Amino acid sequence: MSEAVLPRRNTISRLWNDKESRAVIVQIIATLLIFGFFAYLIRNAAINLEAIGKGYSFDFLTQPSNYDINQHFIEYTSRSSHLRAMSVGIINTLLVAVCGLVLATIVGFALGVMRLSRNWLTNKLAYVYIEYVRNVPLLLHILLVHGIIVHTLPVPKQAITVSDTAFLTNRGFYTPKPVFEPLFWVVGGLIVAGILFSLWFTRYAKKVQDQTGNHYPVFWINLGAIVGLPLVMYFLLGNPITWDTPELQGFNFKGGMVLRPEFIALWLALSLYTASFIGEIVRAGITAVSWGQTEASYALGINRGRTLNLVVIPQALRVIVPPLTSQYLNLTKNSSLAIAIGYMDIVATIGGISLNQTGREMECMTIVLLLYLTMSLLISAAMNWYNKRIKLVER
Amino acid sequence: MKLIKSAALVAVSSLITMTAQAGTLEDVQARGELNCVVTTGLAGFAAPDENGRWEGFDVGFCRAVAAAVLGDGEKVKFIPSTGKTRFTLLNSGDGDILFRNTTETLSRDADLKLTFLPINYYDGQGFMIRKDAGITSATQLDGASVCIQTGTTTELNLADFMRINSINYEPVAIETNEEGISNYSANRCDLYTTDASGLASTRAALEDPSAHMILPEIISKEPLGGAVRHGDDEWADIGKWVVNAIIIAEELGITQANAGEMAMEAGDNPSINRLLGTESNMGEMLGLDAQWAVRAIQAGGNYAELFNNNIGPDTPLGLERGLNASWRDGGILYAAPIR
Amino acid sequence: MNQKAYLPGEHPNLPPPSSIIGPVAWIRGNLFSTPANTVMTVLIVWLLYKSLPAAIDWLFIDAAYTGDNRDECKARGSGACWAFINERLRLFAYGFYPIEERWRVNLSFVLLIVATVAVLFDNLPYRKYGLYFAMAFPFIAGWLLIGGAGLTPVPTDKFGGFMLTLVIGITGIAASLPIGIALALGRQSRLPIIRLFSVGFIEFIRGVPLITLLFVASTMLSYFLPPGTSFDLLLRVLIMVTLFASAYMAEVIRGGLQAIPKGQLEAADAMGLKYWASMRLVVLPQALKISIPGIVNTFIGLYKDTTLVLIIGLLDPLGVGRASLADTKWTGLAYEVYLFVAIFFFISCFSMARYSLYLENKLQTGHKQ
Repeated sequence: MSEAVLPRRNTISRLWNDKESRAVIVQIIATLLIFGFFAYLIRNAAINLEAIGKGYSFDFLTQPSNYDINQHFIEYTSRSSHLRAMSVGIINTLLVAVCGLVLATIVGFALGVMRLSRNWLTNKLAYVYIEYVRNVPLLLHILLVHGIIVHTLPVPKQAITVSDTAFLTNRGFYTPKPVFEPLFWVVGGLIVAGILFSLWFTRYAKKVQDQTGNHYPVFWINLGAIVGLPLVMYFLLGNPITWDTPELQGFNFKGGMVLRPEFIALWLALSLYTASFIGEIVRAGITAVSWGQTEASYALGINRGRTLNLVVIPQALRVIVPPLTSQYLNLTKNSSLAIAIGYMDIVATIGGISLNQTGREMECMTIVLLLYLTMSLLISAAMNWYNKRIKLVER
Repeated sequence: MKLIKSAALVAVSSLITMTAQAGTLEDVQARGELNCVVTTGLAGFAAPDENGRWEGFDVGFCRAVAAAVLGDGEKVKFIPSTGKTRFTLLNSGDGDILFRNTTETLSRDADLKLTFLPINYYDGQGFMIRKDAGITSATQLDGASVCIQTGTTTELNLADFMRINSINYEPVAIETNEEGISNYSANRCDLYTTDASGLASTRAALEDPSAHMILPEIISKEPLGGAVRHGDDEWADIGKWVVNAIIIAEELGITQANAGEMAMEAGDNPSINRLLGTESNMGEMLGLDAQWAVRAIQAGGNYAELFNNNIGPDTPLGLERGLNASWRDGGILYAAPIR
Repeated sequence: MNQKAYLPGEHPNLPPPSSIIGPVAWIRGNLFSTPANTVMTVLIVWLLYKSLPAAIDWLFIDAAYTGDNRDECKARGSGACWAFINERLRLFAYGFYPIEERWRVNLSFVLLIVATVAVLFDNLPYRKYGLYFAMAFPFIAGWLLIGGAGLTPVPTDKFGGFMLTLVIGITGIAASLPIGIALALGRQSRLPIIRLFSVGFIEFIRGVPLITLLFVASTMLSYFLPPGTSFDLLLRVLIMVTLFASAYMAEVIRGGLQAIPKGQLEAADAMGLKYWASMRLVVLPQALKISIPGIVNTFIGLYKDTTLVLIIGLLDPLGVGRASLADTKWTGLAYEVYLFVAIFFFISCFSMARYSLYLENKLQTGHKQ
């Protein structure tokens, strides 16, 4: 690659010294190298698998799984297929991820606000919490919370009870389960209608405000439509929900709903860990909006609540959302640590028991990797869409 | 700089092992060490003692193979594995042989690509429960929480048993025996289920063993044996005949103490002579020397000695020979003859 | 009141009124400024009053520091049993590394400190040689720890405890830096195929959890090696951790690259510098400098993530702790173990985070005129 001094050079070096043709050559070489590398890996795998007489086939997915899973939200028995077991795992992963996202966001925003509090104690308490939690590995938090639940909560016979309907034990938190009678669906329909109405009404109110400056109490009207009317209807129909309360029978509580210790431990640990990061993000986001904005808003006679709503938060969100996205992604991916305490998520079902009982390492790991990749891409896409929506509209 | 370069080269190359294509026996002999996959710790079968030395019934078989192949029962690297990782460790080449209270099944043999060695322990799956639960039979378990090691046949047996008897239960999946003990003693689950031998071992490790009992039902056949990878029959033969030699030694009255003496010269019993290499060199057929069986027996004794020293009635586990008695004593332990 | 008249400018400077400064004013301003604040303060003080004394009792006052087993320990004090940690301290530090060879671990650690000091402080004498040493350090440490060429070889399954954390963390970060730079440049490249591969790799790695990559390392990586080769488990883990870290590193460095004004590159072009020369001499030195806090943060993340290796059977501090808990002599001391490991990670991560913050502030003033 030395500087061209002589006027005449052979063709190869001429191609190499030309910017355009060099770009093509470099890319062809890179492609060949990378594909060659992959081909080499696949060749190795083929030879190695051949040597021990294994194939690469996903047929096992339709075979009965033969194992039981304690937490399943879709019909599942040990006769169900591995595919079904995988679906149970996916649902469990999604459940803990979604619950985690919600709790982490709430606690995280609370922590962020606490960090900005003028109360010295509140501020320092949040600071100590954030620094402790985020500087200790998540796995440790999960094991610790699980250990506390399993070792310090009472056994079912001595359950801590809340008015004999909900029970807290080291086997989980048992609550009554609502059983919906047919009439309840009227109420359900009303709630859906309320949501649709409020979506339309919010837009309508904004349009009216933009055009005339008239301001509706949007929040209260929407609340009335989504909660108020259905509530009135619920009582008019005569409480069309009955509650299935858990009862101690033999070894365990029967009936009702249960949050198992594995779920609670994973959920709490994931949320509280991620919340400490979100807290810092929120604090940074709010401090990024200059105080002048708030002052300007006050000067225009806009009240405190609306200043926060219309001036500070929209601008803070722009700073908050991108790092928040990566925290959401982290939380979802970190839910795979479930395997340490035996929560039956994707890794524990298809990537764990199925893998081991069938010996299909390649196939199972491929599935697990693809599933996580899909989830990550979906979350990224959703957050990118949201980010675009709240982005500053530049003229 | 040159020194650093060569140091780096040495460091990296010692992490990558090129194994000759020839076969496991040659690899093991070239390495001078047998990689034996065992459990992460099951008292009596395989567990490190205070000084980090592995002891137990399965460990005894590992040492016997090492003694036969390498001439020294201490030249074993023990690779602890969970129920889930054991076969992967074997198939990936990390382990040469596996002795990890592993049940022989058709799918493991054919689909997981293992070759099983002769059965060295006839077991069955049982349940352990607290005495104060007031349960006497496994059919009264409706609604119970059951701790179970994932990736084992016990997991599958349990699902079958519960389904056939229409019992509802909550499976609590755990990874290792230690976690099982921890969860069971914290009363996270009412029962712990695994092979009866494993239950005996687990129970002995609990704070108050007398507060726990093992239910009478044995819900499965669990023939436990060692295993090697598919595709190396010579190596499988060595494992197979070392196990057989240990079992036959008991029948012939050869013990750790007298094996050396009996191998000094040929005696009257041709079976003993063939086993101990004083007549017709059987070792050579296996690719070993004539003294292979002598060393295997000297490493930990014959079957009776291995059993009694590690898991027998006088140990904390207190297991009876039962099915595992020699066929001459009413058991089903019956090894093919060396001839 | 004795009123005295002053001429303008003659009035002596009085101290501020006590409602503005002093402890009382501070307390009033910071703890009881509004009714809501007062409620918060009272609530928090009550919570601390309820929890702190009990925690201190358990941690220190009622704790037992000696004893040969759990029962002895519990007889000496009703609080924490630190005797257990004390007995296992060496296991926590070295794992199962042979006792007579542990000087090698210690020596590596001392060399690590020397190398770190050389990298972190830029006004030391002979810094150039220090940097050469830092570059050679990973190889020297590798040779010291693994052995060979004159030293007794130590198999890597004997590695464990904090030493393993450091080995994985430092190898991961050191090896991922060059790969990360290459990927970041690739992602910014104007060659579409190079860009495609870089983006694909980065997004794939960032899209999956580290634990699944570790599973890949432990279950299926051997299948992709040439027939008859096998990698040590630790090496396989190191490969995966490096790939994982390099994707995150690439994104950090990309941030640094994007912060470099385009004019810099154009100026380099105008000077007649070629691509690699302009990157090496103009862009990267600036970009890397900006990225240092991000790199430290990536390192902290990786350092914490090393605990995941316990799931595939390597014994990091947490793994050592869990294995120790299985000892029947010491059953039920989980809190002591977890707390001890937590404190270790907290101290190391917190100090690194502080350092990163300090750097961030230092670099920021440099860029804002």
